[in-house]
Amino acid sequence: MCWPKRSRSARSVSVLTDRVKRPLTRRLIQLYSALLYNAHLRGFVEGEIYTGPLKKICVPGLNCYSCPGAVSACPLGALQNAVASSADRPAFYVVGLLLLFGLFLGRVICGYLCPFGLIQELLHKLPTKKVRKSSLTRKLSRVKYMILLVFVLAVPVWFALKRVPLPAFCKYICPAGTLEGAVLLLLHPANSELRALAGGLFWWKFSLMAVILAACVFVYRAFCRFLCPLGAIYGLFSRIALLGVKVDPVRCTDCGACVRACPTDILKVGDSECVHCGNCIDVCPEKAISFCAGKIVLHGPALPERGQQK
Amino acid sequence: MTMIRKKVLWAVLFAVAVVLIVLGVMNGGALDVLAKAIKICSECIGLD
Repeated sequence: MCWPKRSRSARSVSVLTDRVKRPLTRRLIQLYSALLYNAHLRGFVEGEIYTGPLKKICVPGLNCYSCPGAVSACPLGALQNAVASSADRPAFYVVGLLLLFGLFLGRVICGYLCPFGLIQELLHKLPTKKVRKSSLTRKLSRVKYMILLVFVLAVPVWFALKRVPLPAFCKYICPAGTLEGAVLLLLHPANSELRALAGGLFWWKFSLMAVILAACVFVYRAFCRFLCPLGAIYGLFSRIALLGVKVDPVRCTDCGACVRACPTDILKVGDSECVHCGNCIDVCPEKAISFCAGKIVLHGPALPERGQQK
Repeated sequence: MTMIRKKVLWAVLFAVAVVLIVLGVMNGGALDVLAKAIKICSECIGLD
């Protein structure tokens, strides 16, 4: 495929504007989605949660439904509760929704539509020494699959058979629930009765949340990369999700610049660890990476038509 | 995975997702989500 030639200065200006433009666009999408998920602003003032019919629907990102602003349900919380009550009713609805989110968006949800991902990225902006990715972080990135299997599936199913509902991830781990639900609700003066009920379990979750948030200052998206079972679920769709960064195999020379520039533990662009932030688009010397929705290129160079490929 | 296989898999999974959502709405799964989400979640907050 023939590309129009541009002067070096025009290219550098284009790269500069792209670098300035795209992260800002992503940040705005993250902010808008966080606001949209938590549009019940009255809840923050009154210290109560939204109880309207929209809560039948799950949002794609991790957003606790006990957050005073939340207008819809958390997909992970809904999945655990559906699994926990699966002895009575199969979890068709939530599984179907997760399947739909995964097929269309995959881990683009992590990079663009997750309020807790936004919080982690903002914390990582604090000017401190950073822990770079390594073989250790690569190994740690597998922990989230264990958490998915044990805390989201096995334990709730085990207790469901005994007719005891136990959403184990929400109860023992979820820092989004602690931050968005517990802290925001318990801090409100109207909820003194709830505060009185906070015991050992609350302090366990609070300590865990503090450790995770502190880790995010030093490690890029520490929770997202190592612990988030929702990211693990969406990662399963990395090969078939409609939206995301795609590599043109014709132009790619396997130089590895994209993998080196990526802050997550990817082995190749667009794999199950990729959150599709798009940092790699600018660093690719061959201009082989684009952000696409199916065949439509949303950002980056156009991919060649099938007939024009080698 | 070839492009055609990807497209077929995507289409099959999409159909499965739609069927699951419809079945879930019919069997009351959506109402279960609502019933849980409109109450303050004691597990999420960490209340004993």
